[in-house]
Amino acid sequence: MIKDQDYLKKTATFCIDLAKKLGATDATATVGHSISETVNFRNRKLDESDRSDSLGVGLTTYIGKKKSSISSSNLKEDNIKTLIERCIETTKITPEDEFNSLPDKDLLATKINDLNLYDDDHIENEEKIEYLKEVEEAALEKKEIINTETGFSESKSNFILASSDGFLNGYKSSSYSASCIAVAKNADNKMERDYEFTSTCHLQDMLRPNQIGSLAAKKTIQKLNPQKIESEKISIIFDRRISKGMLSVLASAISASSIARGTSFLKDKINEEIFSTSINIFDKPDIIKGLGSQYFDDEGVKTKELKLVDQGVLKHYLVDTYYGKKLNLKSNGRSGGTSNLYFEKGSISYKNLLKLNQKTLYITETIGHGSNLVTGDYSVGATGFMVENGVFKYPVSEITIAGNFNDMFKNITLADDLEFKYSTNAPTMLIEGMVVAGK
Amino acid sequence: MTDFFNKTDLSRNDAEKIISETLNNCDDGELYLENSKSESIVLDDDKIKSSTYSSDLGYGLRAVTGEVVAYSHSNEISRNSLKQSADNLSSTLKSKKGVYNYQIPKTNEKFYKDINPIEEKSLQSKLELLKEVNNYTRAKSGIVQQVTASFSGEHKSIEIIRSGGEALTDVRPLIRFNVSVMLEKNGKKETGVYGIGGRQSYDEYLKDDNWKKVCDEAFRIASVNLDSKPAPAGEMKVVLGPGWPAILIHEAIGHGLEGDFNRKKTSAFHNLMGQRVASEGVTIVDDGTLHNRRGSLTIDDEGTPTEKTVLIENGILKNFMQDRLNARLMNTRSTGSGRRESYKHVVLPRMRNTMMLNGKYSQEEMIKSVDKGIFAVSFGGGQVDITSGKFVFNCTEAYEIINGKIGAPIKGATLIGDGPSILKEVSLIGNNMMLDPGIGTCGKAGQGVPVGVAQPSILIDKMTVGGTQL
Repeated sequence: MIKDQDYLKKTATFCIDLAKKLGATDATATVGHSISETVNFRNRKLDESDRSDSLGVGLTTYIGKKKSSISSSNLKEDNIKTLIERCIETTKITPEDEFNSLPDKDLLATKINDLNLYDDDHIENEEKIEYLKEVEEAALEKKEIINTETGFSESKSNFILASSDGFLNGYKSSSYSASCIAVAKNADNKMERDYEFTSTCHLQDMLRPNQIGSLAAKKTIQKLNPQKIESEKISIIFDRRISKGMLSVLASAISASSIARGTSFLKDKINEEIFSTSINIFDKPDIIKGLGSQYFDDEGVKTKELKLVDQGVLKHYLVDTYYGKKLNLKSNGRSGGTSNLYFEKGSISYKNLLKLNQKTLYITETIGHGSNLVTGDYSVGATGFMVENGVFKYPVSEITIAGNFNDMFKNITLADDLEFKYSTNAPTMLIEGMVVAGK
Repeated sequence: MTDFFNKTDLSRNDAEKIISETLNNCDDGELYLENSKSESIVLDDDKIKSSTYSSDLGYGLRAVTGEVVAYSHSNEISRNSLKQSADNLSSTLKSKKGVYNYQIPKTNEKFYKDINPIEEKSLQSKLELLKEVNNYTRAKSGIVQQVTASFSGEHKSIEIIRSGGEALTDVRPLIRFNVSVMLEKNGKKETGVYGIGGRQSYDEYLKDDNWKKVCDEAFRIASVNLDSKPAPAGEMKVVLGPGWPAILIHEAIGHGLEGDFNRKKTSAFHNLMGQRVASEGVTIVDDGTLHNRRGSLTIDDEGTPTEKTVLIENGILKNFMQDRLNARLMNTRSTGSGRRESYKHVVLPRMRNTMMLNGKYSQEEMIKSVDKGIFAVSFGGGQVDITSGKFVFNCTEAYEIINGKIGAPIKGATLIGDGPSILKEVSLIGNNMMLDPGIGTCGKAGQGVPVGVAQPSILIDKMTVGGTQL
C-alpha cells in the first residue's frame, strides 16, 4: 500500500523540526513514496516482472544565506539524524549566496481544486498479462513482424512538501502505461523497429490493446527497405512524436537559469517575436487528469496558466525563486519546469500540410543529442519518409537534418491535429528551409 | 564493508532462508544489497550553486527461470519487506523447473582500492579548489562569460547473496571532476567542456596542478569553436582523433554486441558471428580489468569476475558481451558483463571499457591521405538504433581537411553511420591508442552506468556529416 499523507507529513515535519533544532534558520523537506508494478512480455511469453517500492526523503537546510542539501532512502531515525547533522555542518561552511531563500509566502499554493490525478484502481499482474497478450496478437497478425516486446506498468505515488514557513502539502497521483515495440524483417534480413504506447492517469482511459499492437506493427512495416537520399535543402514535416521536442527546447532556453546564466540563445528575447505571428504557446497546469498537471511547483509556489508565446512574441520566462531573485522577477511557479506545455493547434489539416510542398521529408524519429541551447544550432540523425504531392513514397534513413532554432522557430506551420498524449504536446509541424545530409 | 543486517529485524540466516526458498527450482537469482553514498558540489556563476550529499540503501531480489526474470526491490531492509518481495516473485513464477548453478568463477584480484573518496578530501578543500578553478579559468581571458565546475564522488558497497548462502562483496569508489566554460566574442557564444575521473581518490586526479589542464582544455575547445564556420553536409572521409572519439565504437559496434539483443535476434549483428564485420587489422576488446578505470569492475553485479573480452579480432566477430541469463540461453559463459545502475534495476549485459587496439599508421599519414573531409577530435554524446544499426554522435571539436592539411574549425555537427558496415570503411588504423579521460556514462533501458572507451586515430573512408553547408 502507498503510504498515506499522515505518515509522510510526520516524517517531513520531523526533518524540519530537527533541522531547526540543530541550527537551521530555514528548511524544506520532501518525502515521497511510490510503488510500481511492471510486467514485460516478449513474443507471446512472459519476460519480466518488476515490483518497485521506493521511499525517499530530501532536505535542504539554510543558515541565513547559506544552503546545502541531503537525500536518502534510508529512513531509519538514527540515519536521518546523522544526515541532518551532516547537512547542517556542510551548510555552515558553504559560502553565502544572496539569492538563496524560501519562496515569497504570498506566492505559495493555498487552496487546491481537485484535478482528478489519482485513480485507486489496481490491475493485477494476471490482467496486465491478458492485456499484453492482446497487444502482441494484434502486432503479430502481420507476417513481417518477427519480434514483439510489450510492457504494462502501473504506478502510484504520494508525496509531501514541507517548509519551515509552514507549507505542508502534497497529493497522490497514479499512472498506467502500456507499450509495444515491434521488429520487422525484409527479404534481405534487414530489420527495422518502431513502437506505439499509451500512458494515462486513469486506467479506463488507456487505449485498447489491439490498437497499440496494430499501430506498432503498421509503423514498423512502413519503415522496411529505407533509402538514403541526396544532401539538399528541403521542407521538413515533424511527426507529433518529434514536433513536441521544439517545445522542450523552448522550455530549456527560457528557463530563468539559462537566461540568468547567459547560456541561452533566447537571452534578452522577452517581448520579441521569436516565432511567426500565427504561433501561440500555453503552459496549463490545471488540466483535469493531465499528464503534466500539478497544483504547485517544486517549491510549493502556486502554478497558473501562462501564455508563454502570444502571436509569436515571447511573453514569459519560466521562473523559480532563486533565479527569479537574480533576474528581479517573481517566481511564476516553474521551479521544476513546465506542466502541460502545448502549441495551440494550427489552421491547416494534416492532409493539406503534406501537400503544401511538392516534395517534403516527413520525420518520425530523431537520434542523438544535437540541440545546442547556447548557439541554437540543431543537428540530429533522422529516419522518416519521402512525401511527394501529399503521398508517402518511400522510407528514408541514415540521414541527418540540421538548422538553427532561431530560423526554424520563425518558419513553423502547424496542422490542426493537436492531441494530448504526453505532458508536452504539439501538432504535426512543417519547417521550411532546413538542410538534410545524406549521400 | 557494510553490515546490511545491522539494526534490522532481518538476520542473515533469515535472509538466506528466504533466498533459498524463493530460488528453489530457479535457474538463477540472488539478493543484491547496496549501500551507496554520493556527493555533488557545483560551482556556477561565481558561486557555490549546490552542495548535496545522498545516502541510499536498498535491496533487489531476483529470480530467473528459463527466459523469465522476476524482480522486486525496496529500500526497506526488513523481514516483512523481503517476504513481500519473495511472495511477489513466487506469484509471477508459476512453473519453475530450472537447475541452479552453484558454481560461479571466483577472483582474488581487485582493480581498485577500498577507499571512500568523499571522506578522503575535506569539504573545505573541495570548496576552495572550486573557487580556485573559477578564478584561474576566468583569469585566462576577458571573453570568459561563464564557468561551471563540479565534483562528484561516490562510494558504493554491494553484497550479493546467492541461493545456499554464498556471499560476494565489492566496494566501488568513483569520482569525476568537470569544467565547462562559455566564451563570448563579437556576439558569438560557444562552450567547451572537459572532465577527468575514475575509481581513485580526488587528489590522484587533481594533484600537480592537473586540474589546470582540465580548465585549459575546456577553454581551448570553446576558443576553437568561436572561430568555427558552418559544417559541410554529405558523405565524406572522416579522421577520428584518439581517445574519447572511441564512443563511435561504443555506439556503432558495442551495443549491437550485447548478449540480450543477440539472443532476442533484434541486433543487426545477431547472425554475423564468425564473419567479417570490420576491415583487416581492426581488433576491439571490452575490458573490465583495467586498474582504477571508470568502466572497470572487480566483479560484475551478478558476482562474476570481469575479464578482457575480445569482441572483434582482426575484423572477425568473435564474442558477444554476456550476463549469466543471456549466456545460459545462448549456451555460452558469462563474460562478467552483467551490470545494473543500482538495486532498483535488473541486470543487463553492458559494456565496461571498450577499446580498439593499435594499428601501424601515424595520424599525420591519415590526414595527408585525405583530399576533402573532416578531422573530428572531440565529441558530445551518441546514440544507436540497435535493430537498424544506424548510429550518431555529435562533434564538439572538428576541423575541415583540404588537400591533406587541417583547415578551419567547423561547427558541431552530427555524424551518422551504419554499425554493421562502418568498420569495413576503416582504411587506416593509428599507432597512438589513448584512453578517454574517465567521463563516460552509458544509458540503456533507463539505466546509466559508468563506462570507458579507447582507440587510436582512425580513417573512415565514408561517413555522412550532418552540417548545413551543401
